[in-house]
Amino acid sequence: MSHYEASIREPLVLGDKSYHDITEDIAKPIEGKANKNWYMAFYISLAAMLWGFGCIFYTVGTGIGVWGLNKNIGWAWDITNFVWWVGIGHAGTLISAVLLLFRQKWRMAINRSAEAMTIFAVFQAGLFPIIHMGRPWNAYWVLPIPNQFGPLWVNFNSPLLWDVFAISTYLSVSLVFWWTGLLPDFAMIRDRAVKPFQKKIYALLSFGWSGRAKDWQRFEEVSLVLAGLATPLVLSVHTIVSMDFATSINPGWHSTIFPPYFVAGAIFSGFAMVQTLLGIMRKVTNMEDYITRMHVEYMNIVIILTGGIVAVAYATEFFIAWYTGSPYENYTYLSVGAATGPYAWPYAWAFYSLLFFNILTPQILWFKKIRRSFIWSFIISIFINIGMWFERFDIIAIVLSKGHLPSTWWRFEPTFVDVGIFIGTIGFFFVLFLLYARTFPVIAQAEVKTILKSSGEFYKKRSEQGIPTKPAIVVLNVENGKENSDKNLNG
Amino acid sequence: MESSKVIHAFYTDDEILLDAVKAVKAAHHHIEEVFCPFPVHGLDKAMGLAPTKLAITAFMYGITGLAVAIWMTNYMMIQDWPQDIGGKPSFSWVENMPAFVPIMFELTVFFAAHLMVITFYMRSRIWPFKEAENPDPRTTDDHFLMEIPVHNNEEELTSLLSKTGAVEINVVDKH
Repeated sequence: MSHYEASIREPLVLGDKSYHDITEDIAKPIEGKANKNWYMAFYISLAAMLWGFGCIFYTVGTGIGVWGLNKNIGWAWDITNFVWWVGIGHAGTLISAVLLLFRQKWRMAINRSAEAMTIFAVFQAGLFPIIHMGRPWNAYWVLPIPNQFGPLWVNFNSPLLWDVFAISTYLSVSLVFWWTGLLPDFAMIRDRAVKPFQKKIYALLSFGWSGRAKDWQRFEEVSLVLAGLATPLVLSVHTIVSMDFATSINPGWHSTIFPPYFVAGAIFSGFAMVQTLLGIMRKVTNMEDYITRMHVEYMNIVIILTGGIVAVAYATEFFIAWYTGSPYENYTYLSVGAATGPYAWPYAWAFYSLLFFNILTPQILWFKKIRRSFIWSFIISIFINIGMWFERFDIIAIVLSKGHLPSTWWRFEPTFVDVGIFIGTIGFFFVLFLLYARTFPVIAQAEVKTILKSSGEFYKKRSEQGIPTKPAIVVLNVENGKENSDKNLNG
Repeated sequence: MESSKVIHAFYTDDEILLDAVKAVKAAHHHIEEVFCPFPVHGLDKAMGLAPTKLAITAFMYGITGLAVAIWMTNYMMIQDWPQDIGGKPSFSWVENMPAFVPIMFELTVFFAAHLMVITFYMRSRIWPFKEAENPDPRTTDDHFLMEIPVHNNEEELTSLLSKTGAVEINVVDKH
C-alpha cells in the first residue's frame, strides 16, 4: 500500500483525474489564447510599470532630492518598499523548502507559483537599494572586487553588506531551485507542442530533460538538499534585513527581538500575497481542482500562526520598552505622540491601520467557515498586505521622524515620485507574474502526479471502498500491441 | 560494435511499472534505462542503481564556500587594509569573527547550492540547447518506458514483458 493516505484527510486533487488529465490541465493555459481579462490586467500593470520606470529615470536624472527625504529621514518609502517586497518573497521558499522537509503534500499545487512570486518580489526589492544609491551605475561597488581606489574593500562589518550577500544568495538559489523543478514540466510542454517555434523554445528551456530513472533519483536528492539549504537561508535573509535596523542605536530600531519578529512578519505577509495571487490565478487558469479549499485553509492556518507571532512581538516590544525604564525607549513606544509620529489625526491611520490589519483582521480566521472561504481569504489577504506595508512604514519613517533631538523632528511626506516608483514596482511585479501565468507550467505537474494516487479524490474514494490503486494488469496481445497503446489504464 | 536492438516496453501505471522492473530483474535481464514522467518511489532500488553522491558533493562545496568566506574576510578586512570603523578596530580575524558570521553562512549556502546544481546538470547531461533523449514524447506525459537491450532473445523478452502489463512493446534499432 505505497499510496495509502488516511481517509480523514481531504483530497488535494479534485475530480476523476488520470495522469494525462493533469498534463492537459496544466498545459491548457500555455497552449490556449489569453482572454480579455488577461490583456486588461496586463495593460494596466504595464502602464503602472512604465510610470514607475519614468519616475526612476526622473530620480536618477535629477537626484534623490525628488523624493520626500531629508537629513533625518534618509530612509522612508524606498526601504519600506524594499522590506515589504523581500518579506513577500519569503512565502515561496517557505512553501517549497520548509514544507518539503516536513513532507507536506499540499505544497505541490502551490509551490511553483509561490516560488515565482518570490523571485519576482525579490527583483522589486532589489531595485530600491540600487535606486537609492543615486548613482545606480556604481552599484557594483557593493561587491568585494579589486577596484580603482587602491585596496579599499567593502565593509564586512556592516549589516548593509550582509544584506547584499543575503539577498543575492537568496535570489540566485531560489531561481535555481525554481528552474530545476521546472525542467520536467518544460519537457512535458516541449513533448506535446505542435507549433515548431513553441517546441524550440520549450526544448531550450527544458535543457533537454529526458526523465531517466537516474535523473529522477538525482532530481529528488537535489531537491531535498536544496530544501535543506534554503530553509536556514530563508530565515537568514529577513534576519539580516532586520539587522539593518537592529544593529543601530536608534530607539525603536535597537531591538534584539527584530530577527524572529521580522521573519514571522515576512512569512505572514508572504502567505497573504500567495493567497491574493492564487485566489486570482486558480480562477483565471482554471486550476480549481488543484488549488482547493484545503490549500486555502492550510495557508490560512500558517497566517494565523505567523500573525500570532507578530502580535506577540508587538506586545513584547511595548512591554520591554516599559520594563527597561529607558526614557528613550519609553518615549518611542509608550507615548501616543511618538507611536503615531507627527501623523496626528487624520494621518494617524498609519499606526492604527497596522494594529487593525495585522492584529485584529487575521483573528477572524479562527472561524473555520471563514478560513475555508475563498472570498474571505482573498479580502483578508489584501488587508494583511496593506497592514504589513504600514508596519514597515511605522518602523522606518515614524521612528526616524522623532529622534533624540526634538529640533530635528520632522514629518515625512512622500512626493509623487515616491508613490510612482512604488506603484511601478507593483506594476512590474504583476507584468512578470501575468507573463509567467501564460507561459510557464503554473503547477508542478510532475510532482502532483506523484501524489495523485494518495491524495486524488478519485483514488481516495476507491481506496475507501477497498479497491487497490494499482489497476488490474491487462496482458498484451503482442500482435495487436500498437492498437492498445492509446488506452489510458488509469482512467 | 554489435548491432544494438532494444525493446521499448510502455507502461501507464507506476505500480505496474515497478512490479515489471522487479520481474525483469528477477529473470536476469539487464534494464538499460527507464524513462518516467515523474519520480517513482523505489524505482532506483528496484533497478539496482547506486545511490547518488550529490549530497556529499554539496557538503564539500559548502565547506569550500566557508573557507572562501574566511579567507576573503581575513584578507580584505584584516590583512590588506585594516580599518577602524566606528571605533571597532580590525586587529585579528578571531576578534572580528562575529561580524563575519552572516557572510560565512551565505557563502556556504551559495557555493553548496550552485555547485551542486551545476554538478547535477553536468552528470545528468542537461544544459541549454541540449537535445532531449527520451525516445518517445509520451514519457513526459503519462507513459513509462522501459528499455531493454536484445541479444537474440526478442521473443522471450516480449512474452515476459507482455505478462507484466506493458501496453505497447516495440523492438527498435538503437543508433
